[in-house]
Amino acid sequence: MSSPHQIPGTTIFNGAEAQKGLALNKMCFSFNSAENRAEFVRNPEAYCTKFGLTPEQKAAVRAKNVLAMIEAGGNVYYLAKLAGIYGLNVQDIGAQQTGMSVDAFKEKLQAAGR
Amino acid sequence: MATIIGGIATTHVPAIGNAIAKGLQNDPYWKPFFDGFKSAHTWLETNRPDVVVVVYNDHGLNFFLDKIPTFAVGAADQYQHADEGWGLPVSAPFPGDAEFSWHIIEQLVGNEFDVTSCQEMLVDHAFTIPLALLWPDAAKRPTKIIPVEINTVQHPLPTPARCLKFGQTIGRAIESYAPDLKVLVVGTGGLSHQLDGERAGFINKDFDLFCLEQLVKTPEALTRYTIPQLVELAGSQGVELLNWIAMRGALTGRVSKVHSNYHIPISNTASALLVLDNHPAKQTELRKAG
Repeated sequence: MSSPHQIPGTTIFNGAEAQKGLALNKMCFSFNSAENRAEFVRNPEAYCTKFGLTPEQKAAVRAKNVLAMIEAGGNVYYLAKLAGIYGLNVQDIGAQQTGMSVDAFKEKLQAAGR
Repeated sequence: MATIIGGIATTHVPAIGNAIAKGLQNDPYWKPFFDGFKSAHTWLETNRPDVVVVVYNDHGLNFFLDKIPTFAVGAADQYQHADEGWGLPVSAPFPGDAEFSWHIIEQLVGNEFDVTSCQEMLVDHAFTIPLALLWPDAAKRPTKIIPVEINTVQHPLPTPARCLKFGQTIGRAIESYAPDLKVLVVGTGGLSHQLDGERAGFINKDFDLFCLEQLVKTPEALTRYTIPQLVELAGSQGVELLNWIAMRGALTGRVSKVHSNYHIPISNTASALLVLDNHPAKQTELRKAG
């Protein structure tokens, strides 16, 4: 299940990652339901416990730290549903992961077209 | 017999759905993107497909990581969109064609593509947004739409070579269907983008332009890449190119480019549109006779 091909700043979401991240991703999958999103907002800690998140996953969710969530097996398609609860879009989480301001991150995207 | 009149590939970024909902088509950020579709609309008005086969990837609406098929085909007479969790408006249901779906499924499995058949299947933005882009007026949309889903989320992913063959097999399946139907094949997603990790925001214009060119006449040129190479060149989510490759595989006749558009960025993505005409020998004869 290992990935011999290393790409800097990139996690290949393989079997090992998916196994590690199952609880976290399952919780995020539940956010397809408005009722579940509301339940999470009322008590995030209890909601994480309900889905059996590991201490590492809980800490990452508590800190709203996307890189830490990925490190704990999170997949970005599922994490984006959690980010949405906090009103964060993919530019916001892109900026957070790259340590840039949102404006600087958007400028980086614009620059890729020039 | 059914004939494949062409193929269209387009980006499916969720933000497009919000832009459509808010009517931002002429906003300076969005205009270069939406304007690209005018040629596609003209081509669709002229060619009027009866059926659309949409090759896309699910993003955690219908499939969860507990069970992930590599290839799945819808086999229903109707498909629902639903709340995806990130604030996109929910689209009205889409009409399917279960009989045609089962024909495709039988042909695929008979030719060693052991697909998952789905009598119930939620379709997400990767299916709904391309349809909204190609037919802004839903009333003019073809009345039969068949979803074909490729796993681009959970590695191992099918290789580009496998996806091209998958598309070729879909193409032959369509052409062996008895009713006289004009079929359009759509591939969605891409082009280069990466949402996750320290490399978030990665875009590769040179590789995208290379793909846009190769897809017209020589899609085989893209089959030499491994999935890790594709992730490196196109970004983690740029692997959605697999849907484009499968679409292109389904065009089994003489293929020519009608139109393409490429614009950076839409959200975190290098957006692109490619409209291809497919001229099977049979179809040319029919057109002359008609």
